[in-house]
Amino acid sequence: MSMITADPKDVPHVEHFAFTPDNLAKAEALMANYPPGRQASAVIGVLDLAQRQQGWLPRVAMNEVAKLLDMAPIRVYEIATFYTMFQLKPRGKYLLQVCTTTPCWLRGSDAVMKACQHAADGETFSVQEVECLGGCVNAPVVQINDDFYEDLDEASINKVLDAFRRGETPKAGPQVDRQTSAPEGGLTTLRSE
Amino acid sequence: MLADKDRIFTNLYGVHDWRLAGARARGAWDNTKALIERGHDAIIEEMKKSGLRGRGGAGFPTGLKWSFMPKEVKDRPHYLIVNADESEPGTCKDRDIMRHDPHLLVEGCLVAGFAMRAHAGYIYVRGEFYNEAQNLMAAIREAYDAGLLGKNACGSGWDFDLYVHRGAGAYICGEETALLESLEGKKGMPRLKPPFPAGSGLYGCPSTVNNVESIAVAPTILRRGAAWFAGIGRPNNTGTKLFCISGHVNKPCNVEEEMGIPLREVIERHAGGVRGGWDNLLAVIPGGASVPLLPKSICDTVLMDFDSLRDQKTGLGTAAVIVMDKSTDVVKAIARLSQFYKHESCGQCTPCREGTGWMWRVMERMVLGNARIEEIDALEDVTRQVEGHTICALGDAAAWPIQGLIRHFRPEMERRIRARTEKLAAE
Repeated sequence: MSMITADPKDVPHVEHFAFTPDNLAKAEALMANYPPGRQASAVIGVLDLAQRQQGWLPRVAMNEVAKLLDMAPIRVYEIATFYTMFQLKPRGKYLLQVCTTTPCWLRGSDAVMKACQHAADGETFSVQEVECLGGCVNAPVVQINDDFYEDLDEASINKVLDAFRRGETPKAGPQVDRQTSAPEGGLTTLRSE
Repeated sequence: MLADKDRIFTNLYGVHDWRLAGARARGAWDNTKALIERGHDAIIEEMKKSGLRGRGGAGFPTGLKWSFMPKEVKDRPHYLIVNADESEPGTCKDRDIMRHDPHLLVEGCLVAGFAMRAHAGYIYVRGEFYNEAQNLMAAIREAYDAGLLGKNACGSGWDFDLYVHRGAGAYICGEETALLESLEGKKGMPRLKPPFPAGSGLYGCPSTVNNVESIAVAPTILRRGAAWFAGIGRPNNTGTKLFCISGHVNKPCNVEEEMGIPLREVIERHAGGVRGGWDNLLAVIPGGASVPLLPKSICDTVLMDFDSLRDQKTGLGTAAVIVMDKSTDVVKAIARLSQFYKHESCGQCTPCREGTGWMWRVMERMVLGNARIEEIDALEDVTRQVEGHTICALGDAAAWPIQGLIRHFRPEMERRIRARTEKLAAE
C-alpha cells in the first residue's frame, strides 16, 4: 500500500493560496460536470488545477479546494495522499516519472532509471519511480510532465534530458523511427486504406 | 488472419485524422439516429447475439450486463460509466482508442447510454493520460457542436450528455466500484457487492461500468450486425480484439486481430517474433500482469481467447501479451509484479494489505534464493489465503502470478535456493 507522505522538513511554509481567475473559472466548469450537490466529484480535477498553478500542493491549497467544494479539509487531504500524481512537496521544473514495472523492466528501464537519477538535481529535474504508465508496447516509457517519452534507452533519454536542459521541448512519443504503437519498420495491418 | 475490412479500429496507429471529419470518413456517426430508433431492447438483444464479452479483463457478456439496468427510469437517473483507467501492466490499447479514434468511443457512449436509458455518461480516464484525455474532450466538443451529443442527440429525440473525468494515479480505480467511489470524490476503495452498480452505482443510482474497447466496438457491431461479429473468432469467444504485445519481441506493437488466434501467430505475424527466435522463448504472460504466466511448451499451441486460456489455468484478461525470452530472470519479473500489487493495494482488506507486502518480501528473497525449500509451499499457501478473501479482485490478481510461477517454474526457484545454500556451505 502506498500512502504518499512528505517529511515536514521538506515542505516549505506557504502562507496563502488563491486560484487565479482563469483557474477559478476552470474549476467551476469542472464542478458543473456533476449533478447539483455532487461538486465533491470534481475534487481530483480541482486539486490538479491547484497543483498546476502552484507546482505542488501546499496545505493552504488543499484548504482552498475544500472551501470551494464545500468539503471537510480532511477529505481533501485524503485524496491528495491517496492518488500518486499529487505532489506534496516542491519538485523540479520537469518531473521524470520513470516506469519500472515488468514490461518496461524487460526492455531496459533500469538503465533509463539510472540516467534519470543521475540527472535529478531537484531543480530542473525531479525523478519518481512509477508503476505501469500504460505505454507498454513502447517500453521503456518516461512521463515528463504531461508527455510520454517512449522506446527509450540510455542514449535517447540522455538526449531528451539534454534538450530540456537547453530549454527546448523535445518531441514526445517514440524516440525510435516508428508510428506510435505500430510495429517498427512498417505496418502489418491496415495497409489497404 | 483478420482482413482489414473486418477491422473496427481503422485508425489504431493514428496515421489518419482522428477528428470528426476523419472519423466520419471512416464510417463513424453514420446515421446513428437509425441505430437509436431500433429501441433500447433491440440494441441490447443485438449486443447479446454478437457474443461480445467485456474487454476490460473479466470477459462478462456485455449485452447481458446492459440488460441488468432497470427497464424504466424511476426517481433515480441512470448512468453509463466508461472505465478508461487503463493501468493493467502490459495494457495500452484504450490509450490508442482515445487518442486516435475517440469518436468511436463517443458514439459508442451515446448508443450504449441510450440502450440502458441513461441521459449522462462519464468516462474515467487515468490521470497520466493527459494528452489522450485532451483528444477525447476535443472529440466530445466536436460532437456537441455537430448536434451528435446533448439535447436531441443525432436528432434521435434522446438527450445525452457525456463528460470526461480524469483520475490521478491509482491502479485500484480500474476496479468498477473503486472507480465509482473515485468518481464521487473519495479515495478509490472498492465497495462490497451486492448491491451491484446496476442497482446502486454512481450516487446510489443505477449505473453500468464498461471498458473503453467494449463501448467503442458497439456502434460497428450494430451497423454490421451481430452475425458478422459472431462470425469472427470461436463460439463463446467471438469478434475482434486489440492485442498489446510487449517485452522481448522484435517489434512490440498493438494490433487488432480475431479472437482465438494462436499466440504464436500473433507474436510472429505482427510483433516480428520472439527476440532470438521462437526457441528462445521462456514464458509469456498472456493477459496482463494479473494472469498466471505460461511456459513455452504451452505457448507453442495455445489460442488467444477466454476459454482456451482458462483451460490452461490462466486468462485472456486484457489480451496484453508480455513476452519473456530465455535471458529473463523470471523470478524477478514476477517479483516486480508483486511489488506493483503491494504498491497498488488500497489497504482496505487485511489479507491484501498485509499479504501483498508479505508476498513481495518473500518473492524478493526467492529472487536471490535466500529461502528454504519449504517456503515455496508457505508462499503458495499464503497466495491461497489472500485469493478470494478480499472485497475486490486485487488480492486475486496479486496471488495468481505467483501461483503461475510456482506451477511452472518451481524447479528454477528450488535451484536458486540450493545454489545459495551450497555456496554458503562452501564458504
